[in-house]
Amino acid sequence: MESLGSHRLQGRIALVTGGLRGIGLACVERFLAEGAEVVLTDLEAPDGDLATATLARLGQAASYVRANVTSEEDWATLLARVEQQHGALHILVNNAGIDLTGPVATTSLEGWRRIMSINVDGVFLGTRAFVPLMEKSGAGVAGGASIINVSSIMGLVGMSEVSGYNASKGAVRLFTKSIALEFAEKRMPIRANSLHPGFVVTPLLSAGFQRWVDKGIAEKPQDLVDMVAAKTPMGRLADPSELASAAFFLASSDSSYMTGAELVIDGGWTAQ
Amino acid sequence: MEQRLQGKVALVTGGTSGIGAGTVRRLRAEGARVIFTGSNQSAADGIVTETGAEFIRHDVTDAAAWGGLMTEILERHGRLDTAFANAGTESGDGSIESITIEGWNTVIGVNLTGVMLTVQHAMRAMATNPGGPTGSIIVNSSMNAHRAMGNFLAYSVSKAAVVALVKSSAVHAGNRKYKIRVNAVLPGVVETALIANLIDKSGDPVATRAAYEGLSPMGRMASVEEIAGMVAWLASDEARFCSGSEFTMDGASTAGMNGV
Repeated sequence: MESLGSHRLQGRIALVTGGLRGIGLACVERFLAEGAEVVLTDLEAPDGDLATATLARLGQAASYVRANVTSEEDWATLLARVEQQHGALHILVNNAGIDLTGPVATTSLEGWRRIMSINVDGVFLGTRAFVPLMEKSGAGVAGGASIINVSSIMGLVGMSEVSGYNASKGAVRLFTKSIALEFAEKRMPIRANSLHPGFVVTPLLSAGFQRWVDKGIAEKPQDLVDMVAAKTPMGRLADPSELASAAFFLASSDSSYMTGAELVIDGGWTAQ
Repeated sequence: MEQRLQGKVALVTGGTSGIGAGTVRRLRAEGARVIFTGSNQSAADGIVTETGAEFIRHDVTDAAAWGGLMTEILERHGRLDTAFANAGTESGDGSIESITIEGWNTVIGVNLTGVMLTVQHAMRAMATNPGGPTGSIIVNSSMNAHRAMGNFLAYSVSKAAVVALVKSSAVHAGNRKYKIRVNAVLPGVVETALIANLIDKSGDPVATRAAYEGLSPMGRMASVEEIAGMVAWLASDEARFCSGSEFTMDGASTAGMNGV
């Protein structure tokens, strides 16, 4: 891609939760290619195989912190670490998330609370922890600081047996609008927008498809991929890099007047 | 400036002023070959000299002239990669009680039928691109697609209607297996020369400016360049999985309950 490595994020500090896989990892890679320094978090121990291999590949501008987005304590530690190492935060991607499927009548309260905790509490806690630092940091850069909350097309439209995930992603959508209004009205230099991916080829999607196969909904995961591709007007699933390019747009000064908005990247799924 | 649009050929309707002119400048700056249309020859001459874009005098509502325009673009450049359906008007608009049939027809003619003709001819041209049907069509809607103005009936209706036009066209492109994307941009209030002029000529420019700025919780209007940056992103391969979507850039004007 022509714009890769254009260094438009030179001097910017970014934090991406759930950064070891899928859309999160693609955001990390894109921000690094644009010259940012990136802190990524995930649940794995720093000396775990995936974290070690990923960090070795990403190079010096990336650093990894094990953090659970549902833990206030982990967010406090993360804030202290970012303040100490970088003294600023310009870009926060609240990406970490899980899915949950099944009939509502048999959804456990434990499962419901778990998805709300990760997908919703995590976004709230991350935002709350970093807003003061981002307010200071955003004043110094064109377009201000940028919070990018990863929702889903499932935050816009319902789907049968996806009630927990639907509810959590819908919450992210409106949480984002409210904080966008709050920051704008207070003239705080932080923008907040939500990303709404359609079906993206990620480990989360593969795991979800495998569970559907286990339930007997399809014979093999590839059948589900083919079915989803056939139902998408563009005829295919997205690559994570196609979400990272939107995150980059939201992180850059080109989106300086965009706040409280929804970026739907779904190959036309919700248009039909 | 990045050169994300090197090798691409772009058409911008209503390119002689405002968001259109800003987009001509941005697309040129990113390396695209740009053809823009409109009726203001002297404004066009200045933009041609400044940017190296090409101007073709054309009225988007002139259905009979569309064939000739596209033939000329394809003869000169051999392809079309981006079309920005931007030409729009508020001329003759009014409220549901006051609008005349002439005013209604003028606004709907430019803002809806003109957009339909732009998307139709752009898609037909893109379908013949060497290497297969590819391209990005971008329609300039407005935040008024979702928040109507009582004294601009036809404008509000037309801006909502083109969102459905975008979605239908995107689904059609998918049905035909074209790699042609169709999306809408929904700007808030943009500080164009037209708006600046309205402010200057109002009885109380300070209060009028404050009223426009107050429509956004950010407390300011968008610049033409900000909207142009979003159009350039949608035109580029960065947005290659985006189709049938609405891209709102309004400083949170429609994120809440304030209305416009």
